[in-house]
Amino acid sequence: MQLTDQRDIKAPPATVWAAILDPDMLKAAVPGCESVVGSVEDGFEAVVVQKVGPVKARFTGMVKLSDIVPGESLTISGEGKGGPAGFAKGGAKVRFEAIPEGTRLSYEVEANVGGKLAQLGSRIIDGFAKKMADEFFERFQQAVEGPQEPDTPPEPVAEGEAAPEQKKGWIKRLLG
Amino acid sequence: MPKDGGIGASTKRREDVRFLTGKGRYTDDINIRGQAYAWFIRSDVAHGKINSIDSSAAEAMPGVVKVFTAADFAGVGGIPCGWQVTDRFGKVMQEPKHPVLADGKVRHVGDPIAVVVAETLEQARDAAEAVEIDITELPAVVNMKAALLPDSPKVHEELTSNLCYDWGFVEENKAAVDEAFEKAAHVTTLELVNNRLVANPMEPRVAVGDFESHSGQHTLYTTSQNPHVIRLLMGAFVLGIPEHKLRVVAPDVGGGFGSKIYHYAEEAFVTFAAKALNRPVKWTSSRSEAFLSDAQGRDHVTKIQLALDADNNFTALRTDTYANMGAYLSTFAPSIPTWLHGTLMAGNYRTPLIYVNVKAVFTNTIPVDAYRGAGRPEATFQLERLVDKAARELGVSPIELRRQNFIKPDQFPYQTPVAVVYDTGNYHATLDRVLEISNYAGFEARAAESKARGKLRGFGLAHYIEACGIAPSNLVGQLGARAGLYESASVRVNATGSITVFTGSHSHGQGHETSFAQVVAEMIGIDAGQIDIVHGDTSNTPMGMGTYGSRSLAVGGSAIVKATNKIINKAKKIAAHLLEASEGDIELKDGKFTVAGTDKSVDWVGVTLAAYVPHNYPLESMEPGLEETAFYDPSNFTYPSGGYACEVEVCPETGKVTICAFSAADDFGNIVNPMIVEGQVQGGLAQGIGQALMENCAYDENGQLLSGSFMDYAMPRADDFPMFTVDHSCNTPCTHNPLGVKGCGEAGAIGSPPAVVNAVIDALHRAGRTDIAHIDMPLTPSRVWSAMNA
Repeated sequence: MQLTDQRDIKAPPATVWAAILDPDMLKAAVPGCESVVGSVEDGFEAVVVQKVGPVKARFTGMVKLSDIVPGESLTISGEGKGGPAGFAKGGAKVRFEAIPEGTRLSYEVEANVGGKLAQLGSRIIDGFAKKMADEFFERFQQAVEGPQEPDTPPEPVAEGEAAPEQKKGWIKRLLG
Repeated sequence: MPKDGGIGASTKRREDVRFLTGKGRYTDDINIRGQAYAWFIRSDVAHGKINSIDSSAAEAMPGVVKVFTAADFAGVGGIPCGWQVTDRFGKVMQEPKHPVLADGKVRHVGDPIAVVVAETLEQARDAAEAVEIDITELPAVVNMKAALLPDSPKVHEELTSNLCYDWGFVEENKAAVDEAFEKAAHVTTLELVNNRLVANPMEPRVAVGDFESHSGQHTLYTTSQNPHVIRLLMGAFVLGIPEHKLRVVAPDVGGGFGSKIYHYAEEAFVTFAAKALNRPVKWTSSRSEAFLSDAQGRDHVTKIQLALDADNNFTALRTDTYANMGAYLSTFAPSIPTWLHGTLMAGNYRTPLIYVNVKAVFTNTIPVDAYRGAGRPEATFQLERLVDKAARELGVSPIELRRQNFIKPDQFPYQTPVAVVYDTGNYHATLDRVLEISNYAGFEARAAESKARGKLRGFGLAHYIEACGIAPSNLVGQLGARAGLYESASVRVNATGSITVFTGSHSHGQGHETSFAQVVAEMIGIDAGQIDIVHGDTSNTPMGMGTYGSRSLAVGGSAIVKATNKIINKAKKIAAHLLEASEGDIELKDGKFTVAGTDKSVDWVGVTLAAYVPHNYPLESMEPGLEETAFYDPSNFTYPSGGYACEVEVCPETGKVTICAFSAADDFGNIVNPMIVEGQVQGGLAQGIGQALMENCAYDENGQLLSGSFMDYAMPRADDFPMFTVDHSCNTPCTHNPLGVKGCGEAGAIGSPPAVVNAVIDALHRAGRTDIAHIDMPLTPSRVWSAMNA
């Protein structure tokens, strides 16, 4: 699946650029992110808990920044392995543009899933990926613009769709 | 008048008593003391290089017995393919290696990489998560035409390309066919897809391996349609176990539809592991695993063309088909798009010139093999959609265009231009019959009534021919089969007259225990309750090739007839001795041997008792006992045929198709049990209509299976269908088997998809949308709506 969108952030490009290279900022922005360690040069190792439709899993994987043109554009790509749940990978090409209000981020997102995620969750992947991307940039925007501290969300699970609690037993059985 | 027993009686299925009361004994019901449980770790990617497998953490986990990988199978053979197709240039097909566990590379999602064996299934599953497998994903190829481009990733490095074979049939006819097209008054062209399906039998596959170290005896319990074939393939080609040390048992099996014909890696694994670990090993497929590991069906992409003269006579037919093999060759995969498809392209018609081209292609998808109908639904769908399209282009009735070009009743036996000779048939009769039982005459009134409700009604017709009763062994040997296709039976008469029949066929829903007993009961004239049918165990049944291709009654039943005739001949000799008469004067009727023209007689039990208590018995000239074995090798295929009519309503707002009525008039030759035949047709129709409207196995461009559960793979349910009208009163008995039967197991799935699609197209055309020439299956509301709103 692919999508393109843009978002205006009330901060100068230099600030926005610095933010996107900061692992703490990434951790705050990636929905369901439990930890991010590493560096721009070596890549970041991330642990993310996500639920896609009936499949909930803790993904461990690498996030890499590439095609870096300082202040102008970069590509964020990541691949997470969720054990028996399969894997997810995706990337965003992000461009930074100075506008009177601050910075315009334009992004093209691509996402793919594999294994059980694809077998059981393919119907909802497009919607899920769009929601993830929107949420990422929303949280990123909040984190950059402040003034409030970047929140760690109380519930790290970004619900792909509202799932009643009693359903979890069934989902667990499915994935066991 | 309906009979109450024997051939022609709608005897209730005796096996249903146990199935309906929960007493069936399936493979998963078999638990052997001390058994360990296997859990397969399968590839998440469609194509990848295995860099490393680290199972050390998993092996240290509670209950883990061993983690197996390809390294454990060094020196073990791969999974063999049972049919070698020769291409149009005389070259044999490309045949890749198929290791039991992926060796260095994975080639489809679900390809097994490692197996954890543990004390409990839960422990095996937990430990599987601790096996660290490092795979570098490689570009996958999913689309068949892309797979044949020179720069395509190769599924198998050792092959020159992804082309398994390029088959032409009949190659010598190609020039004449092309010439006929140049001279044609009209040419109809149709491009279509025969959608990939998942068989989804109700019972997923299961395999239990057992090994007796003191005797070296292996036993495999497995969900198979043909335990002898598994014993031969696995014993001889994979594990090197001689037949006398390998017993394969397929107990009650809950449906197969083709998917349980093949020899699978899991069977070889549990057999191998049981010996390696010296304890029984059990594997039970989950439904999710079945989607990833059972061979799938269909998946053809075809361009077909029909040439007609100025009088609308068919003059030539040619096809270009791409057939997906998936990542490896499943047991009979190469034969399906060729000999079970190309030879059927004459259909019910007198088309004099036919050329069929099939390119079989490897892709990074789950292997494809026979699924209910196997090649014949693909042939029928193309042909019957094409004839329908031709009629619409020419402005003639699809019914009359068919009737005009049908093989005529007095032309049988009919030599087709695609090798096969139809022995009998009467297509005009089944056409008339299906129009009658579908009340075609009343269609316009029903269409008007639908229109008043805002719905578009359509009537679709399709005819089919199939080749069943596979097959003459010497013929299939020439065509590349690596097996014979005879069938076997042993008839054991017990001392007090009851009979146990051991058959090489296998029943997994077909009702053999009932219908086979009816045949023997009819021949001897005793109650069918005196006869039991035993199947599914290589240790007590004679070598048989199993059940598929609607062959069991035609081939297996004929073997039973042969063996029973041997019994009757011997029994007559015994009776002649007891009655002090000449053998030639002995008549058997209603279970009684009589000296012709006298009232001297001895009953069945008198003879069987004499055979086993031979006090008064011609021991000098005849052995005691009454037990005979026969093998039957058919001299031709059988050719069931039929006419199917489907009536649909299309909702113009949503594109939803509703089946209003479906009628089937089949010619199955003689019928042993009409009730079972009707059930077989109904089940086939459900699967065929499922293909036409609902079922679709979908992969994304990376080879990820997107329809991996019943949430995304739409299985038809009872409320998707109306009551079907099934008729088999038109019958032209088969001329070359002793029962005159043709086979009925696949017909419904073969004839119904084109009838459904023709009906939908008819509904759209009647509503003025003559621009819609075709919609690919499944005709979901979204596809129909999209076609209407294009």
